[in-house]
Amino acid sequence: MDRLDELRGPVPPRPHDARAIAALAANPGCARRAVLDAAGIDKDATATHLGFPAPFGQSPFAITRGNVFEALVKESGCAELLRLLREILGLPIPLASYTDLGDVGGNPSAHLRHSHTRRLLDRAARDGDDAGTLYDHPLLRLDIAGHTSYLEPDVVAFRLGGRFHIVEIKSFSVIDGQAEPDKVAAAARQAAVYVLALRDTLEELGHDPARVSHDVVLVCPENFANRPAATLVDVRRELAVLRRQLARMTRVGAIVDALEPGLTFDLVPDAGGAPTRPVADLREAVRGVGARYAPDCLSTCDLCFFCRDEAASEGSTDLLGRQVRDALGGVATVAEALGLADGSLIPDEGQEEIARLLRLADRMYAEVS
Amino acid sequence: MSTLAALARLRAVHTGAAQRLATVRHCHLSERPMVLIPLRLAGEAAAPLAAMAGTDPARPRLLVVPQPRDRDLRFAFAAELAEILLPYIEGLQKATETVERRGAEPFERCVDAPQVIVPNRSAVAFVQLLGRSTRFRRAEGEYAVHPSVPVLGRWLTFLAQRAQYPGSASLLAATEAMSLHWATGQSALEDANLASLMGWIDPPPGMTGAEAAREAEDPLVWPPAGPATDPGFDSEVLAPAIRAYAETRSDRAAARVGEAVRSQLEPTWRLMWRAVGLLGALPAGPGVAARWEGDRASFTGFAAQLAEGGPPQPKRDGAVGAASRLARMERAQASYDAQRAYDDPLVMAGHRLTGEAFTGTVLAADPDHAEGEGRGRKLRPLLTVRTSDPVRLAAGTRLGTPERRGQQAEVVEITGGHVTLKIVKGMGRGRTASPGSVPEVGERVCYAALTDEYQPPASLPAPEDTPWTHGGPPPEHVPAVEEPDEEEWA
Ligand code: SF4
Repeated sequence: MDRLDELRGPVPPRPHDARAIAALAANPGCARRAVLDAAGIDKDATATHLGFPAPFGQSPFAITRGNVFEALVKESGCAELLRLLREILGLPIPLASYTDLGDVGGNPSAHLRHSHTRRLLDRAARDGDDAGTLYDHPLLRLDIAGHTSYLEPDVVAFRLGGRFHIVEIKSFSVIDGQAEPDKVAAAARQAAVYVLALRDTLEELGHDPARVSHDVVLVCPENFANRPAATLVDVRRELAVLRRQLARMTRVGAIVDALEPGLTFDLVPDAGGAPTRPVADLREAVRGVGARYAPDCLSTCDLCFFCRDEAASEGSTDLLGRQVRDALGGVATVAEALGLADGSLIPDEGQEEIARLLRLADRMYAEVS
Repeated sequence: MSTLAALARLRAVHTGAAQRLATVRHCHLSERPMVLIPLRLAGEAAAPLAAMAGTDPARPRLLVVPQPRDRDLRFAFAAELAEILLPYIEGLQKATETVERRGAEPFERCVDAPQVIVPNRSAVAFVQLLGRSTRFRRAEGEYAVHPSVPVLGRWLTFLAQRAQYPGSASLLAATEAMSLHWATGQSALEDANLASLMGWIDPPPGMTGAEAAREAEDPLVWPPAGPATDPGFDSEVLAPAIRAYAETRSDRAAARVGEAVRSQLEPTWRLMWRAVGLLGALPAGPGVAARWEGDRASFTGFAAQLAEGGPPQPKRDGAVGAASRLARMERAQASYDAQRAYDDPLVMAGHRLTGEAFTGTVLAADPDHAEGEGRGRKLRPLLTVRTSDPVRLAAGTRLGTPERRGQQAEVVEITGGHVTLKIVKGMGRGRTASPGSVPEVGERVCYAALTDEYQPPASLPAPEDTPWTHGGPPPEHVPAVEEPDEEEWA
């Protein structure tokens, strides 16, 4: 895939973390995103250089809170976590042990750490005994469009009766059995990435991948205290979406082949890493791959402000969201829809119905407002 | 979304200015609403950081928690908020009116009720959480709080529950109230940003709505309306200020946190009152007063519950309660939708486009038409209406009409642009239709398959929608032994 390297320029591909991989599924129809992600391009740096920095930031308070909660859950060899797992997975009390897979000594490479994880997981999968074991700090691996991403979870795998569970620790609160739905959804998408990576690992080792449960254990603080509580979350749907998107990314080759030869998103960094590529030039390059902007991009993709601006300059109805676009029967631009509405535009074939509706709406709007 | 609302958004894009979605105001607006803007510490479920509140645009009250992780300071904040909110609420309980009812005892209802306006949906959710975290607190014992705190918690819970009730105006989210009346040239997602929504609706002089909305996305110009704060502000301004306070606990350090959050709240405070002003400039729709009556009755009932020493609202609905509540909410929603359509031709137009409603001219009328013989004879005036609307109604469908509320008609048949219908209710009980009850030839009429039959129980104390006195008392809250610790507002 040297064409992908060429697209990226002389910088190492940006490793995907689970959050980024989960986000790949957010706008599956977008070729621009598929190409940039497959090539491991730093979209944030690209957006910033284009003059449209991404609007994402994380508050230091949120980061601290997350770290504190994770530390609490993992304190003294994950004592608290083991207690929760016993409860939720129905494990007899004395049976549970803890293995730290991060304990490799020295400062090993990701590759070494991953091999260590593999070795211990392999042994665990062969082991017939039924005792629960917690594997902290596993380093998993997932191949995305030919690039290897190492996934360093704050997540642990738990084996019980031959089955593995992914455990995901999140610091948003569950209050009276309810949490913010977007946060639960995001956690499920991320956990699905780990499930997939762990299944791949087992499969490579010759074990049945189905031994990784699609029920992940989500650990969150309960009510207003810091006390953790665990819930099982079924991530089958998220897994299916993720698989589809990853398969798509391996097919990104077709899109890449169709790109103009010589096209690159290289920022041409100077010795200090600062981009020197002329902005207009980069803009042309990015525009060379079709996008499919939707307002959801505003919370999922670093390029959102750039793509929104582009959609606005094209007068695209995508700008207004799917609901509006659906109500407009898919008419692509504002000018076209307004033209159909005031009758100055003759509807194309297949547009008669929406044109009639728009004309009627236009007439009514004038009549009553 | 209706094609009409979609078209309004297109026009907004084209003209750069927001477009009207309503010709009248569909929510009650109090003469003295209380604006409340809560801020929360990022990463925490319900740790308040600050709030700006008050009923006078010129005199906002600023509440600050200089160290949001400190439990005592958080409850001090709650007590301070109670000092603002409770006198407002209690003042409105004083004046009552006697409501006579047919076949039942007359009852007393407050002539006005509290109206709290927050910036957005997330703020409504935060009010609910704040209510949840304070209403079970106790004024004595190990984790004692100020006695006003649990009372505040119950009122916040009351307000948050009312906010779920279609058509209630006790707790309004400004973004939702504004979006109900104006369409912008951006997506619904972006409309959730109050500053950008207001940019479209009421841009500063010399700017288009589109430009103002874009500018409003810069958190340095327009800080977010909360409850979440801008992460950049958190790391550059707030974190150092809180750290300084945590180290010194000095008044100066507390004031520094106060000034920091004030800078974030003041722009939103001004926006909120601009929104209130714009809503107030719209004439109230006819159904608004009746819906507000429901809010007043609910308020009266809840105040009585509280005075009688009733328990705090339970943590969860029972399963049966939840199911019947859902059904009631659905009917209330249908009713609210119908009322808005009957009150507002622009809303009705949305229903005409989908074919559930139509307007037209009466071509023929047979006001004396009757069905049946002798004692079974029923007056059923017939009308034929010519319309160019794309009517999609089946024979037998029940129709209402904005011109004659309370009247009901039934579709007899539809051929081409002609709709024949018979009036089945609301034309008097005599042998002939009462004068004026049957439209005359040439009259413009509108009929819609929207029913507004659901009457909220106006007389009963309904904390959300449920009259507790009818549904039986809610499950008593039994505090668990370890609860104070578990419930610690950490
Ligand atoms: S922001 Fe642009 S590149 Fe990213 S997903 Fe949306 S349209 Fe695609």
